[in-house]
Order: sequence, then C-alpha cells, then structure tokens
Amino acid sequence: MTGEHQTLALLLFSGFVAVTLAITTWVSRRRHGSAEEFYAGGRLFSPMENGFAVAGDYVSAASFLGVTGLIALYGYDGLLYVVGFLVAWLVVLFLVAELVRNCGRFTLADVVAARMSERPVRIAAGTASVTVSVLYLVAQMVGAGSLVALLLGRTSGTAQAWTVIAVGALMVTYVSLGGMRATTWIQIVKAVLLLSGTVALTVLVLVRFHGDLDRLLVTAAERSGHGDAFLAPGLKYGGSWTARLDFISLGLALVLGTAGLPHILSRFYTVPTARAARRSAVWSIGLIGGFYLMAIVLGFGAAAVVGPEALRRSNAAGNTAMPLLALDLGGGVGSTGGTVLFAVVAAVAFATILAVVAGITLASSASVAHDLYASLRRPHAKVRGEVAVARLAAVGIGVVAIALGLLARDLNVAFLVGLAFAVAASANLPVLVYSLFWRAFTTRGAVWAVYGGLIPALVLVLLSPVVSGSPGSLFPDLDLQYFPLQNPGIVSIPLGFLAGWLGTVTSDEVADEAKYAETEVRSLTGAGAV
Amino acid sequence: MQSSDGRARGAGDGAGSSAGSHDDHGTASREVRYEDPWYDALASGWGEPDGTGTPARAVPAARGEWDAAAVRARDVYLEVQRSEAFQEVRGRYRRFVVPGVAAFLVWYVGYVVTATTAPGLMARPVVGAVNVGMLAGLGQFLSTFLLTWGYARHARLRRDRLALELRWDTQELTRGARGGAS
Repeated sequence: MTGEHQTLALLLFSGFVAVTLAITTWVSRRRHGSAEEFYAGGRLFSPMENGFAVAGDYVSAASFLGVTGLIALYGYDGLLYVVGFLVAWLVVLFLVAELVRNCGRFTLADVVAARMSERPVRIAAGTASVTVSVLYLVAQMVGAGSLVALLLGRTSGTAQAWTVIAVGALMVTYVSLGGMRATTWIQIVKAVLLLSGTVALTVLVLVRFHGDLDRLLVTAAERSGHGDAFLAPGLKYGGSWTARLDFISLGLALVLGTAGLPHILSRFYTVPTARAARRSAVWSIGLIGGFYLMAIVLGFGAAAVVGPEALRRSNAAGNTAMPLLALDLGGGVGSTGGTVLFAVVAAVAFATILAVVAGITLASSASVAHDLYASLRRPHAKVRGEVAVARLAAVGIGVVAIALGLLARDLNVAFLVGLAFAVAASANLPVLVYSLFWRAFTTRGAVWAVYGGLIPALVLVLLSPVVSGSPGSLFPDLDLQYFPLQNPGIVSIPLGFLAGWLGTVTSDEVADEAKYAETEVRSLTGAGAV
Repeated sequence: MQSSDGRARGAGDGAGSSAGSHDDHGTASREVRYEDPWYDALASGWGEPDGTGTPARAVPAARGEWDAAAVRARDVYLEVQRSEAFQEVRGRYRRFVVPGVAAFLVWYVGYVVTATTAPGLMARPVVGAVNVGMLAGLGQFLSTFLLTWGYARHARLRRDRLALELRWDTQELTRGARGGAS
C-alpha cells in the first residue's frame, strides 16, 4: 500500500471527525440539560431516522470488516455467522422494542424495577448492563487501534496507542457534550456512509461478474483452493465436536443477546411511541438485512477477485478483505479509482468504530448514572444532578476503555464481542422476558436471573481456552482451563432463565398483582408512557 | 374529525378491517392523530367529547367507576387488565408472537445445528453453484423479512387502534383516580 491512499484516507477521516464534531457543537449549543434530552435525545426522532441510527449502532467494524473477511477466507461458514446477527432482530421486534418503549424511561432496569423492589433490581441490572458495555467497548477500542494501524500502514505500537487515545477522546466529547441527540445524528451519518459505500462496492462486484452470481460463486470456490467445500459449511466451524458445539453456543448468544444489548435497547427510547419504535425496528431490519446480503456478495467477491493468499498476506484474520477488494475494483494499486475507493472504505470503517463506541458509551453512562448512582448514592438526587453524573460517567468510562484498550492492545480480543452477546443473553434477556410476561415473577427472581446469568458467563470464560491453557489464549502459560468452549452461551443462557425461575419459586414474597397489571397494560397499550 | 361509530367498532372485531381501510384511504386527520399520539397526550383536551359529542372510551367495565372517580390509581390497571378490550389486545398479540417466536427459533436453531452436524447435507448441489446450504441461508434472510412484514402488518391492522383507545381511556381513568384520591 502506498502513501497516497493513506493521505486521502486521513483526509476523509478528518472530514468525518470535523462533521461529527460540528454536529455535537450544534446540538450542545441548544441543549436543555434535562435527563430526557441527554438519555433519549428528546424522544422526537422519526422511525426512519431511528431505524438508520439503530443500524448504525448495530453494525460494528467487526461486521463491516470481520464478516467479509470471514466469508472471503472460509466461504459458507462466514455466511452462517452472519445469519444469527439478522435473525436476532426478530426477538427484538417481537418481544422487546414496543414493550420496552412503553414501560421504560431510559434503561433496561426501568422496565424491571417498575414491578419490583427498586434498589436491588436496579443495582443488578445496572451492573449487568455496564459489564456488557465495557466488554463490547474494549473489543471495539482494540479493534480501532489495530484497524487504523493496518489501514494506514503504521503498525508501530505508538501509532496504535495514539489511535486508541484519540478514539476514546472523541467518543467522550460526543457523548458528554452532545448526549443522545448528537450520538443519534452521528449514527445516522455513519449508517448512510456505510450503506452507500457497501452499495457502491456491491455494484462494482456485480458489474465485474456481469451480474452472474453463479459465476461469482464458482470463481470464488475455485480461487479459494477448497473447491466446492468453500460453498458448504465446515471449513471454520467444522472439525472437532467441541468446535461445532462452540459455534452452536455462539449462534444462540447472537440470536438471544441482541435483545439484551443496552445500547440497542436505549435507542428505542428516542422515538415518541411504541408504534414508532416498531417502525424503527422494521427499518433497521431492512437496512441491516440489506447490508448483510451485500456483505455476503462482497465476501465472495473478495475471495474471487483478490484471492485468499493475498488476503492472508495482508492480515491473517482476513480483516483487510474489504479495503483490498475496493483497491482492486477501483483499478488496482496506483490508479486514482483504487486510491479513492480504498480511502473511502478506510474512512467508513473508522466512522463505524467511532459511532459504535459513542453509542455504547452513552448507554453505559446512562446505566451508571440512572441505575447505579441513583440507587447507591443519594436517594433523592435531583434530575439535573443525574445528568451531570452521566456526563462524568461518560468521561470515566472513556478513561477506563482507553486504559483497557491500551493494556489489551496486543491481545487477541475477538472473543469479546461474542462474550458481550453471551452476557447480554444470559443476564439481561431472562430478566426482561420474565418481567414482561410472567405474572408471578418476584424481586428475588429478578436479582437471581441477572446474577445467575452474569456470573456463570464470566466464570466460564475465565475457565475457558480463551483465557488460559492453549497457545492462542490470553495467558498461554497458565492452565485454568476446565470449560472446553470459547463461548459460554449454551450453558449460561439456560442458567440465567433457571436462576430467575428458582429465585421466584423460593421467595416468600408474593408478586404484586396490581404492579404486574400495570406492567402488562402499559407495555401493550402505552398508557402512561413518557 | 373521526366518527364516533368508527371508534365504537374499534372495541370489537371490526377493528382490523376498519383500521385497514383507513390506512388505505389515508384520511388526513386520522393520519395525523395516529402518527404522533404522544402530542395528544400532552394536549389538554384529548379526553373531551370528540366531534360528534359522545365521549369515546373503550373500557366499558370501568366506566361507572370513572364517573365515581374514587378508584385508586393502581386499581385502575387491574380494572383495565380485566376488561374485555384489553384481553382482546393481549390475546391478539400473544396469538401472533408466541407461534412466531417458536417458529423462527426452531428454524434458526435447526439451521445452525444442521449446518454444524451435517455439512454433507448442506453441500448437496441444487442449481449450478447453489447448494442446499445456500438456499437455507438465504431462506433465513427471507423468513426474517417475511416475519417482520407479517408482524408489522398484524400489529398495524389488528392491535394499534384498540391499544391506542385503551391507552387514552386508561390515562383518563388514572387521572380521574388520582384526582379523586387527593
């Protein structure tokens, strides 16, 4: 890669940063400083705007670069991985979006705490939300460092460290100054950039193959060196039964975890009604589904056009498949088209990371201020005080994420995203589903459901091969490996549901009929919704 | 303004078809009202008699108690929960969502388990380079889009009107209850 792309890519990065900072300044100039404004952006976004913002929040660099790379290197198994990310949205649409919009105000804990004794439930749900967010955030930060280094060809540790610090500083600025309104607009800008970039590349791939998808698949299979096996499952997630079970575990975590991701849930509070929440979920399913369909074409396109040897040479995990494909489609190294397309892809990837990171930071600062701080510190804190705490929390989370991102810089943290989904599915989803649909659910059940999913998920990961006991783990010299799978979902998700049931049947407290009636009526009709 | 008989029918089974026809014709006033009911909630006059002079409510069971205005706010929700109109909304929601969730979870888990345990079956060619696995994967995309469309349509035609009426009535009742209690 020559210096020319990198200069152009840097220019485009700066352009994006300038635009987003301008949005933040514009928004913060007119802010009222209310909690409604900071956490929910005033709740007046349209379904279409929110649909784009949800898509922007959801499609991370792991999808944009990781998934295409996975398909380019392993063919069908990459596609298998993508399906879970999309099907998960049916859980969100059917069970979560409207009901949560109707019952809650800012966070997941609002929904649960309305029925229960507030303090313990808020602390539990807040802790789980912050855990999920931090896991996801660190994965994105480390990803940002290595990605920018990769795209700019500056692989030195210092460049990577400065990237992590810069991304962290930007995200803190967006969130603490602009709150939800600025974050939402940044997501929208990012989603539009991401989708236009993807559409343009897909069109170019299709033009290259004269619209003949069959030929695209055949060429990809031939060049991959695996032949027809490239178009069938088994290249990555095949092999030993442990590996296969591991993938099933990951698949479950993906499908059930999305509905428990705090930064996705909080997006539904930015629209005025449950109906608008539903329509934004429909928009986002359309956008996300369209994006993943194009990502599949691009992944096979990268295998067919660039070829796996060149991809592996650039990055063993295939993360550079998208920029390399863009370079080739534009006319190759040295051509103007190639330079421009490469720079565009690099800038889109950077925008993707910044936007996702900002969304997660906002959601976790809401959990810290609205759930944890409000329950742990002053019982009668003023609303204005809470927003100030949330802004401070955003700074604090930013500092923690930068520190962890720098520490984990050289570690393989790809498992963190899968883990974040697994924790969300085990700790957040059971408590959410029980509180919305189970009449007899009690406070103890809610607290047990959260910790009963959260603790097993984290402990199983500590005992898994990703932490110790195998050459690829974080601490290869240690041996604490008692659990064979990398993703704990298949065990911890049922445990979360089980713990919630067990806590409920063993508690002396009788569930409050009137409060359940209130939750049910409010969730389905929107009565009393803010 | 909307006619009062349109609202009265909303409580019964006619809601689906009448809401559907309104969506098709796109009457301006109705569109505005359904597009942003949140505004109505903030406006002071929404609970007053509508254009035809009849107060519009969908919780007949609770009507008498509202007039008495002595119910405590928390009892209002129990009352609404027991009302026929609410049971209908909940029934319609559950009758769509429960089979829907069961269907797509079984279909997805079945797909993932088959792909990981029986790659041979997935590799069976169908047309050209396309094999069973490709069709199944695209089938997942297609079923997701279809279920999304189906759910949105079902909610729009079968639930929205009824739920919105219940919302106004419940809010009116809670306000009445609070006013009576103080």
